[in-house]
Order: sequence, then C-alpha cells, then structure tokens
Amino acid sequence: MTDRLSANPQPLPAPFSEPFVGDDTGRPVISMRDVSRRFGAQQVLRGISLDVRAGETLALIGESGCGKSVMMKLMAGLIRPSSGDVQWDGVSIMNRSDEELVRDRLRFGYLFQGAALFDSMTVHENIAFGLRQNTRMSDGFIREIVHERLRDVGMPPSAASKMPSELSGGMRKRVGLARTLALMPEIILYDEPTTGLDPIMIDVINTLILKTRARRPVTSVVVTHEMSTVRKVADRVIMFYPLNRLQPDESQIVFEGTPEEAFSSDDPRVSQFVYGEAGERMQELAML
Amino acid sequence: MAHSHRQTPENVKDTEVMSAVPVLNRTTPVHALGRVVIDSVMSLGELTLFAAQMLRWMLRGLPRRSVVLQSMHEVGVRSIPVVLITGMFIGMVLAVQGYSQFRLMRMETRLGAVINMTLVAELGPVLAATMLAGRVGSAMAAELGTMRVTEQIDALRALGANPVQYLVVPRFLASFLLIPLLTAFADAIGVIGGWMLSTLVLKIDSVYYWHYSSEFVTAWDFLTGLLKSMCFGAAISLIACHRGFNCGSGAEGVGRAATSSFVLSFIAILVSDFFLGMLFNEIYQTIWPGSSSFVSLVRCSGGQV
Repeated sequence: MTDRLSANPQPLPAPFSEPFVGDDTGRPVISMRDVSRRFGAQQVLRGISLDVRAGETLALIGESGCGKSVMMKLMAGLIRPSSGDVQWDGVSIMNRSDEELVRDRLRFGYLFQGAALFDSMTVHENIAFGLRQNTRMSDGFIREIVHERLRDVGMPPSAASKMPSELSGGMRKRVGLARTLALMPEIILYDEPTTGLDPIMIDVINTLILKTRARRPVTSVVVTHEMSTVRKVADRVIMFYPLNRLQPDESQIVFEGTPEEAFSSDDPRVSQFVYGEAGERMQELAML
Repeated sequence: MAHSHRQTPENVKDTEVMSAVPVLNRTTPVHALGRVVIDSVMSLGELTLFAAQMLRWMLRGLPRRSVVLQSMHEVGVRSIPVVLITGMFIGMVLAVQGYSQFRLMRMETRLGAVINMTLVAELGPVLAATMLAGRVGSAMAAELGTMRVTEQIDALRALGANPVQYLVVPRFLASFLLIPLLTAFADAIGVIGGWMLSTLVLKIDSVYYWHYSSEFVTAWDFLTGLLKSMCFGAAISLIACHRGFNCGSGAEGVGRAATSSFVLSFIAILVSDFFLGMLFNEIYQTIWPGSSSFVSLVRCSGGQV
C-alpha cells in the first residue's frame, strides 16, 4: 500500500506525500492534560490526564456513560474540552482553527461505534470518500485501493457495489474499518468495534485489529466492553468510572496497567467490571 | 422558536456558551416566558453564526460538482411536480374567488391583472416556498439529523471533510438558486391555470384578460417575486441545515428537527415576506414616485384614488 501511494505520479497532500511507515518509539502522540468535558449541566469527564504512546494499543474500558467515547472524540479533536488541554505530539490543539484541525486530523483513523457509513453512498464510495476528498488520485487508482482494503478486511471486491443497508452488522464494521484504513492513518481510534456482534465476528474484528498493527506499527486506542478484545489486542488498559459514583476528590481513572493486571486487580470496581459481576448493583436496582 | 435541542453525550456539540446560562428550575409563568425569550434569542444567534460559518466555507471553496448537482437534483428536479400542482391550483383558486367580487363591480375583464399580479408578486413565491419548506426543508433537516445521530457527520470530519462545506453549502446553493426557478415555474403554471379557468369556465374574453394583465403586471412585480423567493430559499436551507446539525438524539430528535424546520421556515417566510414587501415598495416609490400597479388599476376602472 505504501509503495502504491509512493508510486502515484500525481502530487498528493499530507499524509500521502510522505507515507507513514509506523512509529513504535513509545513517545506520547496524544496527551490529555487535566481534561474536563460537560454537556449543559451534565459533567461527563473531570480532570483526566493520560498519554497515548506511539505504537501501543491502549484499551479504554468502563461502564456505559462513563465518558469513554467522549474521551475518544476529544483525542481526535472532534470536540473540544470544557477545560484542560489536548496535545498531539506534545503540541496543544486548542488554538488550531477548524481548517487546521481538518488537515491535521488526517493522521487519525476513526472507526465509529455503528460504523457511521454514509448511507446514501455505496461501499465503494464510502471507502473512497477520504481519498477523493483529500487526494487527486485517479478513479482507477482509487478503485484498486478500495478493492485492496476490502480484501484486507476479508470482503470480496463484489461487495463494493452494495449499499450499507444491504450489509450485516459485522460487514458494516468491516467496511468501516476498510474506510478507516484507506487513508493510511498513523493513529486508529476504535469506538466499540465489537459491540453487537456475534462471538465469531468479534474474533474476526479482533484479528483484523491485530493484523492492521502487524502490517505497520500504528498506534491504536480501543474503547470496548468486551474483555476478550482487551485480552487479545491491548498492551495497556485504562479504566474510567462514572462520575456519579465517585467522590468529588476521586480520580475518574480507577485503573491503569496491563490486561493481566486488570484481571488480577484487587480493586472491586475493576474486578467487578472485568469479570462482569453485578454485585451491589442488583441491590441498588431492587431499592428503586 | 422554542429551543428543543437537548444536550447529551451522544449529541456532542460545543456548548460552553449555553452551559454559562443559569439553569432556571422555577416554573412560574414569568420564568417560563423568560426561558422562551432566552431560548429564542439564543436560537437566532446560533442560526446567525451558522449562516456566517456557511458563508465563510463557501468563500473558501465550493464542494465537488457532483455533490452540488446531487443537491440541485434533490431540491430542483424532484420538486417540480409539487410546485407545478401548487401553482396551477393557486391560479385557479384566485380566478374562482376573484370572479364573484369583480363581477359585482363589472370588472371581470380585469381579473387577469389581479390574478397574475398576485401570483407573481406574492402568492406564487410565498406558497411555492411554503411547499418547498415542507418538501425540501423537512427532508434536509431529517437527513442531516439522521446523519448526526448516526455519527455520519463526525465521520465526515474524521475523513478530512468539513461538514458545513460538504453538507450545508451545496444545499444552500441549490435552494438559493433553484427555488427562484421553481417559483417562476409556479408563477407560469398559475398564470396558465388562472387564464384557462377564467376564459374556458368563467367565459371572460381572452383578449381583455391578457390586455389588462400585460398593462398592470410589470417586470418589477415579477423581479421582486423572484428576489423574495431567493431570500426564502436561503432561509429554508439555513434553518433546515441548522436544525439537522443540532438535532436531538434518537428518532424523536430527528422528528423534532424536521417539524421545527418546517415551522421555523414558515414563520421566516411570512416575516421576511412582510419586510421585503415593505422594502421593495420603498425602492419602487423612490425610483418611480407616486405610481404603482394598484393605482393604475383603480384609475383604469374609473375609480378615484
């Protein structure tokens, strides 16, 4: 893929002019500094500080509504924090204009929770969208890339003419991944990539995440509830906890470590989540 | 202009300004009125900023031609049947309603002047715009709202496209440029409908019908009608896109966006029609002092002004 992009005779904008070949140096590529985010009166994130290091696969886990997806959007600059600082490669993005963010965000690939395929476009047009929008590649060259990306995610080229409404949930996720990979991102953000899929398809997606990383050392952040995904793909795990269950002075990050450490944690909040135990929540429900 | 947008994590949007507004928990009528006023002013401010953002992105560069043409097809070509039917019946209704009144004054032959002037200057643009606010505006709000709810708008941004430039600019251009053209179609078919009913059913002499029409309906009336429809087109597309971009979560949010898009567009059409009418009258009086089509019509009938 890199060779093909390099061989393209037409002038290409970044990131295609200097194709990314991977970075596993461990330097912080995304840094969140004391980040808080509220929506109206509802605070979702409070004083979060964390780094995403080059080449690693970081899993963000936690209960629904604890702010994982919001954190991911903050990392990608899709929303701005209410307070705090977001840095890419150590440089704050807070003062960048919309135009600069649109350009700089091309180093990110974002797989959305529901795949977020453009439902008025075919699979081919979905995967080709980023290439058409940001490069001047010929239609023939784009078609080759689309077919290659489809093969990468285990789908036949004949699927290119289908509409998203004709695809199953797993196929939609895979097309979403193909669309994400088409732009050769340096950092890939997976927002619940396996939610709603059957166990076999969950393993397919997990394997695709691993294969993507094996091809070149991309940095990955995975928001997930699936502990099988955490166990299989993550190098490091960060667990968030809902603010409404914390005291005002408690950190929202209740765990940071390897997947093995998460499974052996003696913090009941962590073990309850990773082993999927309702615990005192059932008593809380009974009191309602 | 009730502000129905609810802030939730799924409905992500920068709203630091909104969060600065104190939450009013008391529910006396005065508080409720105050809340409505605050919401209305904020909605208007948001819409103005949205329009400014759209203009800024439009000046930076147009989206791909295929994207603009797709919007034009949706707004223009697919609206032709509904606009033609609307225009035809407006013309015929005007003929039916006007005939009995004009007959009392023995002015039946001048019916064409009134029908055609009303059509091109007022009813054609307003009713065509109203139909398009329902057909095009609601569809735009629902489409963009669905795209927001399903994160497709975030996906656009993640893929290096600006959603305002990619989604709003083509819809604005299509509405701004094609709604006047659709209005012209509505005017034309309305004129034909009014003429057919007047001459074939009401038995008004066709020669007199066209004679008085051509005497009283001026290019100015037609032009002001088209200028109004341009403003209506701009308002419909901006309101619809703004509602879609600020859609609440779920199917309920999309439904509300579509409904509020139509209601707000309809209000905008009527309010702007009033102010534009006054503005154009002032301009007309400045250029041609002391004259108007209506004055000519009354004089010609032998009445005093």
